[in-house]
Amino acid sequence: MADGQTCELRLSETIMPQSTLESPTRQALIEELQGFAAEMRRNIFRTICLGGGGHLPACFSIVEILTVLYRRILRVNPVDPKNPDRDRFLLSKGHAAVALYTILAEMGFLDAALLETYGHSGTILGGHPDMHKLSGVEASTGALGHGFPFSVGMALAGKMDHKSYRTFVVLGDGECQEGSIWEAAMFAAQQGLDNLTAILDYNKLQALDRLDSIVSLEPLAEKWRSFGWSVCEVDGHDIPSLLNTFGRIPFEPGKPNLVVAHTIKGKGISFMENVPIWHYRLPNPEEMRTACRDLGMDELMTGKRE
Amino acid sequence: MRNACIAALYDLAGRDPKILALVADNGAIVYDRYRKDYPGRFINFGIAEANMISVAAGLAACGKVPFAYTIAGFLTMRAYEQIRDDICLQRMNVKLVGIGAGFAYSDLGPTHHTVEDLALMRILPGMTIFAPCDPQEARKVTFAASEIDGPVYIRLATGGSPKVYETDRPFEVGKAVTLHKGDDMTIVTTGHIVPEVLAAVRELENEGIQIRVLHYPTVKPFDEAALLEAAEQTGPILTVEEHSIFGGLGSIVSEVLAENGCGVVCKRMGLRDRFPAGYGSYGWMKEHNGLSSRQIISSVRSLMECPSGSTS
Ligand SMILES: Cc1ncc(C[n+]2csc(CCOP(=O)(O)OP(=O)(O)O)c2C)c(N)n1
Ligand SMILES: [Mg+2]
Repeated sequence: MADGQTCELRLSETIMPQSTLESPTRQALIEELQGFAAEMRRNIFRTICLGGGGHLPACFSIVEILTVLYRRILRVNPVDPKNPDRDRFLLSKGHAAVALYTILAEMGFLDAALLETYGHSGTILGGHPDMHKLSGVEASTGALGHGFPFSVGMALAGKMDHKSYRTFVVLGDGECQEGSIWEAAMFAAQQGLDNLTAILDYNKLQALDRLDSIVSLEPLAEKWRSFGWSVCEVDGHDIPSLLNTFGRIPFEPGKPNLVVAHTIKGKGISFMENVPIWHYRLPNPEEMRTACRDLGMDELMTGKRE
Repeated sequence: MRNACIAALYDLAGRDPKILALVADNGAIVYDRYRKDYPGRFINFGIAEANMISVAAGLAACGKVPFAYTIAGFLTMRAYEQIRDDICLQRMNVKLVGIGAGFAYSDLGPTHHTVEDLALMRILPGMTIFAPCDPQEARKVTFAASEIDGPVYIRLATGGSPKVYETDRPFEVGKAVTLHKGDDMTIVTTGHIVPEVLAAVRELENEGIQIRVLHYPTVKPFDEAALLEAAEQTGPILTVEEHSIFGGLGSIVSEVLAENGCGVVCKRMGLRDRFPAGYGSYGWMKEHNGLSSRQIISSVRSLMECPSGSTS
């Protein structure tokens, strides 16, 4: 777990320039981050299955994104979580709360033992994150369409106060059907918020079905560009590409940044990938065995929720 | 009760081609049969509640009868002005079905709890409000809603609500239901907290205390006569609602009692100027937020010991 010193280091680290990213140490870094992401998937799976509820596929599509952001990009420090100059991270798709809890625990914001309380009555780790209960949670999200405009406010305040912190926000693609997303998108561009980076988890699925059979967002990148954003598309599970992309922020001075992360909902569990109904389901014991095999972990001792 | 409401909607759709089911990216399994048999009359708006409501109003203006369904808070709050201007002001025949009201989505936290909806819906002119207490009643209010020419809000919990009525019981719009007879005091309640109230009342009955339970499956229009009769016959009133004590049932009861100069004490149980707290099972949430049968019993006792006491 990160102690105060290594956190300081992380806080003061700057993003690596592209050239050093090609060196042998870069290969080691990538492998390390890939291992970290794999472990994070196992932690998410364990937490949700033992807790008896949660949105596995929504968490699995953002594992690499959170890994790269928290491990290499965000200037945040668990020892000083309210530092006014910290970078802000918001999970606008708050139903992926367990992914956030897991990485916050890994980064030292939360006691990892807390993860075991998830799903039990009286826990502070609920189905959606609460900023007043948890260190490192910048906004209480869960109702879709709020976190993104909220993050715009944080970025705007940073500009007003001439602060150098940056604001990052992960939003769902289904979430982009909310009108509030587009109101905020127009506004952020008008304000020239190049200190804001939205990562759109483009897994092409929402709760009931594929977006393109409900309300399609296409042409997605074009839409955002026409709204005044600088857009970069990336494979959201490819760590080197994510490192490169985040390393280029701001993409264009004066414009807010959108990373369209092409992802797979349920990534990592063979039978869950791209299958809509898993938004609502948890694996049965048989499926759990397959999932554990896919994730490279021992079988779970499944607990019961009281 | 959610499933009972959707099953009723399915039956209604079979009889009346004007009936439409609108959702905002929810109802995966519960709407499967409806979707299969009436695919052209199931519309998923995606995660866009405000749009769903204004479009519903436009559909109603052209003779359709939309039942717009989603989580109670997103339905009544995200789309509130749409409900006011497009549905109520223009008197459109749109039915709103809010699920997971109160803290039925117990472990999903405050963004998914809804303890404001009765207050918000009630102040809209022309809105009828149903808050059924069990699956049978949920089915009946859904049929009743389809017979009303105008806006209706149906407040529901989720699936798996226990039965309250053992036998078939006719439902009458605008009439309170006496679920338990008694003359020592009255509990006025509504919706899916009813089983908790009944558990409390049965326990008190073992001690010889007879509490009248007046349940309001129709919150608006409000059955004043039943309340006034109870106040006269039993004295003190305790309201119990899975809602804020501001603006909902407790407020309505207080207003009616005050306007009629009843002079009986009315104590309100519900959320007192705070958000629902905690994450946990539904039973745990009730206890943690002051609405378990144990806490209802203790409110009854203190009210009976000090019937003229303060209402705080
Ligand atoms: C305003 C609002 N409406 C509905 C919901 C219920 N809901 C939770 S997750 C979800 C689907 C989200 O889809 P998407 O944004 O694509 O995220 P993903 O699950 O794919 O990560 C829905 C409809 C909600 N949380 N908020
Ligand atoms: Mg999605």
